[in-house]
Amino acid sequence: MKKSLFINAGIIALSLGLALCPLGGYQEGIVILLCINCVAAMGVSILTGFTGIFTLGHAAYMALGAYTTAILTVRYGVHWFPALLAGGLIAILVAWLIGVPTLRLTGDYYAIASIGLGEAIRLILENWQSFTRGARGFPGIDPYTTRGSSVAVFAVLTILMFNLLDSRLGRELRASRDDGVAASLLGFNTPRSRMKALLLSAFYCGIAGGLLGGYMCFIQPSMFDMMKSTELTAVVVFGGLGSMTGTLLGSAAITLIMEYFRDISQYRMLIYGLLLVAIMVFRPEGLLGNREIWDFLPRFAKGRRS
Amino acid sequence: MAGTGRILLEAQDICVNYGAIAALSGFSLKLMEGEIVAVIGANGAGKSTFMNALMGMVKLAGGTILLDSYPLTGRTWKAVQGGLSLVPEGRRVFAPLTVEENLRIGAFTRKDAGDIQEDYDWVFSLFPRLKERLTQYAGTLSGGEQQMLAIARALMARPRVLLLDEPSLGLAPIVIRDIFKELRRINEQGVSILLVEQNAKQALLLSHRAYVLQTGRLLKEGNSRELLQDPDIRAAYLGQGA
Repeated sequence: MKKSLFINAGIIALSLGLALCPLGGYQEGIVILLCINCVAAMGVSILTGFTGIFTLGHAAYMALGAYTTAILTVRYGVHWFPALLAGGLIAILVAWLIGVPTLRLTGDYYAIASIGLGEAIRLILENWQSFTRGARGFPGIDPYTTRGSSVAVFAVLTILMFNLLDSRLGRELRASRDDGVAASLLGFNTPRSRMKALLLSAFYCGIAGGLLGGYMCFIQPSMFDMMKSTELTAVVVFGGLGSMTGTLLGSAAITLIMEYFRDISQYRMLIYGLLLVAIMVFRPEGLLGNREIWDFLPRFAKGRRS
Repeated sequence: MAGTGRILLEAQDICVNYGAIAALSGFSLKLMEGEIVAVIGANGAGKSTFMNALMGMVKLAGGTILLDSYPLTGRTWKAVQGGLSLVPEGRRVFAPLTVEENLRIGAFTRKDAGDIQEDYDWVFSLFPRLKERLTQYAGTLSGGEQQMLAIARALMARPRVLLLDEPSLGLAPIVIRDIFKELRRINEQGVSILLVEQNAKQALLLSHRAYVLQTGRLLKEGNSRELLQDPDIRAAYLGQGA
């Protein structure tokens, strides 16, 4: 069986499983949360894990997606699906405006800049009271994020992501991550590749934010603060930089563990911290390192490494 | 293969500054089709800066670069598309990829849907060692083999001008001789070569013409054989007192 076919079939099977298995209301909520977190993590992963651009501000793109979707559906009565897409597109637009001047930065410098940008966007949302209701939050969002809709969005975006990674673009990104100078000398347009990675990641985070709004029915700027941004990047590092299946696994693991300890919620951050320390000590390259899950199967073991 | 007399690449009055420091101040160079031209000079003379300027990796503070008498725009990927291919200082092979994958990346951005197999055969005829190491990770190769791989990878783009930044860096003399021998063969097969070198003797022996660069300015230019005999050059760069 061809690898891409195997991957696509696997994603569809997983999604059908998530969508159709009989679950109670509480478990359904967890499935929805899983899908949302995975979509956001994939967005950060393509930028951080596959292009080598560390970001600590991607919650801002989730906020943009969430607010765009919420305002369009509540105030203007737009159907949730086009509103969700609009949220993703606004995130892309803002990422482009931000990326033109900042993507010249590399390494730690971009990470620092991204903190500032993320906080700036959050503060704008918090202070633009007439439009976003500011810190009071934005209530009354339709619960359009059901198990069906979130799993469907997750499935489509995951298939898109894995096929992109196996495409020309995916190879361009990895080349500019591994050695940006060598990649440009071989004729890769590395600035454009980096921009594409940023736009894609903003889109994924925007969509995730839009879904989150429809799940919580209420959003407020403090949901998208630096803690959230750090968590997004931490999940990607946890799963393994340069491994998309690792990102999905890491995101699922963190979501489930956090959910499991909901009863002792005041200690949750403690457990989260312990978990990150443990993975850094015992497996510093992350759960899967830079390999995909099928690289561990003997059948594909001779395939490409990331 | 000697020059045909048609100017392929021309740099006019190149100036490059790093902050307040001028790395190159008004350096000009011509490369004829089919020629091997060397730029020699000591540490900090501006040799690598000049290479990076040609490839659009650093911004020009002044001057123009003409390829086939058309100006290059200062974007690296356009320079590559125009037929320049730089083997960077320190080789920069993709260590976690195999030799074959490194070669394939070299042909990745080519627009012509040419037969890659032909190019494989070509670079393997130049560097048979690479064929033996095809499935080995590039990071596990020796320094000389990595340099061969870097050159072969640059050739996979089918360049018209092969630029080399210090190909002898960190290599044993015997390996350097091997590599320079292959550079001559590459040139004989129609690729013009521009190299910058600290190893002045090898560079002068290989090239047809050479430019001597000192703190960003041209010190001397001329026929390589004549430069080899020049008493000043011998004293300053060849370690043979006048």
